[in-house]
Amino acid sequence: MADMLLEAKKLCAFYGPTQVLFDVDFAIEIGKVTTILGANGAGKTTTLRALCQNVRTTGSMTLNTGAGDVQLVGQSTDAIVRMGVAHVPDGRGTFTALSVEDNLKLGAYVRRDKAEVARDIDKAYSRFPRLAERRRQQAGTLSGGEQQMLAISRALMLRPKLLLLDEPSFGLAPLIVAEIFRIMRQINAEDGVSMLLVEQNTSLALNLAHHAYLLETGNVALSGQAEQIKNDESVRRAYLGY
Amino acid sequence: MEALLFQIFSGLANGIIYGSVALALVMIYQATHHINFAQGEMATFSTFIAWALIHEAGWSYWVAFFFTVAVSFTGGLLVQRIVLRPMEKAPVLTNVIVFIGLLLIFNALSGMLFDHTIKAFESPFPKESALATRFFAAHQIGSAGVLMVMLFALFAFFKYTSVGLAMRAAAQNPDSAKLVGIRVSWMLGLGWGLAAAIGAVAGMMVAPIVFLDPNMMAGILLYGFAGALLGGIDNPLGAVIGGLVVGVLENLLGAYVIGTELKLTVALVLIVGTLTLRPNGLFGKKVVTRV
Repeated sequence: MADMLLEAKKLCAFYGPTQVLFDVDFAIEIGKVTTILGANGAGKTTTLRALCQNVRTTGSMTLNTGAGDVQLVGQSTDAIVRMGVAHVPDGRGTFTALSVEDNLKLGAYVRRDKAEVARDIDKAYSRFPRLAERRRQQAGTLSGGEQQMLAISRALMLRPKLLLLDEPSFGLAPLIVAEIFRIMRQINAEDGVSMLLVEQNTSLALNLAHHAYLLETGNVALSGQAEQIKNDESVRRAYLGY
Repeated sequence: MEALLFQIFSGLANGIIYGSVALALVMIYQATHHINFAQGEMATFSTFIAWALIHEAGWSYWVAFFFTVAVSFTGGLLVQRIVLRPMEKAPVLTNVIVFIGLLLIFNALSGMLFDHTIKAFESPFPKESALATRFFAAHQIGSAGVLMVMLFALFAFFKYTSVGLAMRAAAQNPDSAKLVGIRVSWMLGLGWGLAAAIGAVAGMMVAPIVFLDPNMMAGILLYGFAGALLGGIDNPLGAVIGGLVVGVLENLLGAYVIGTELKLTVALVLIVGTLTLRPNGLFGKKVVTRV
């Protein structure tokens, strides 16, 4: 477990009686970007929900907290957040009726260090000047790209060990997506935040990630170094459609 | 002219009380998206507790007041944790039945523990005090003051504290609230506790005027309900304004148009009218759902 932040073994997930993940194994390396790819309905979002225990799961997910390993299955969502797991859900999940600044403050809800929280809010504003301009605006009035920036900043306010991102490119113009991915690369490089990225846009994801998994109807169909998968034409043609 | 002014001011004084009940209703609605039909009976029960502390245990008024508020807060929290938490995922109608059940239970408890005779409840603002003016009795000004302080305290709580922000977030978007580490279930309990505390204050302020018996709040709950709907069931300030409007309307219509016996009808007509013509009230947000 030396290099691994999280190891999932035989992970199964259920929506009521319907099983959607079948014995999924994956690992997230500390300080690296891991991506989970797959078509609609493959189970990518479910995997992130399983990590936050927002869906019924069986199996094992061990998180390396630095002070020992913790089993995530069976924990409450808020306990997992306190362990340093921040989730940017699909659809951004911003508190649309609250201001930008209130959204950021809520990201730091579990933290006690007020001065550092204030410093982190300033850091978010310098990273995303557009958020600074709109700090008192209702989050629901922001554009899609700005809401995505807000959602990511909100998650970073936790000073997370692990950042989960669910389809950050969804519904956004290519220019904005490029900017967001550039900033995600910067966050990973500068702050050393480990990331688990769920994406349908495979080329973007493979350009950012170090390691990749491909899910097909709840099973891991492919796993390997992102660089290798990107350059392996036969794999790309067979699994990724390009 | 003076009679008209008197009716308006008297309506405003009553309206503050309706506004407080409306506020308690909005508080629970905001936290849980349910209307607590037992709100009035819980407030009456709290007032009985205060009465017992003052008249049977001999406590001084304000000590009994604050103790009752604290007990009511705890009681409301416990009711949510024990009775309502299992209902969180149940359909709306199930919750409504539970609320009506609570209404009956609290009403019966009040009667059983404190009997059904009408009791006097003293006002902490004596009639001859410096507060009395030409248009307002001392109690009316005093209770308006108490309720205003309560409203400002709540406003400050929601706007400036971290827990207040968390409660608002949990009510608006429970899924995202969980992802920032908020214990959404406890926020619901907190909402109930606050509503129970508000109800207790409203009950203690209204008891000196209408006298204390187990059915004290039944009519007032209707006025509070009308005020909450009129102001917009998701808007706390709207609830208070709605309560004031209902109070003034009730008095003016009762004095000049329909006579005092039909005063409660005003509330009922307002309820039906608001729900039919403008369901989101004067200040509520229009909720648009994608089909």
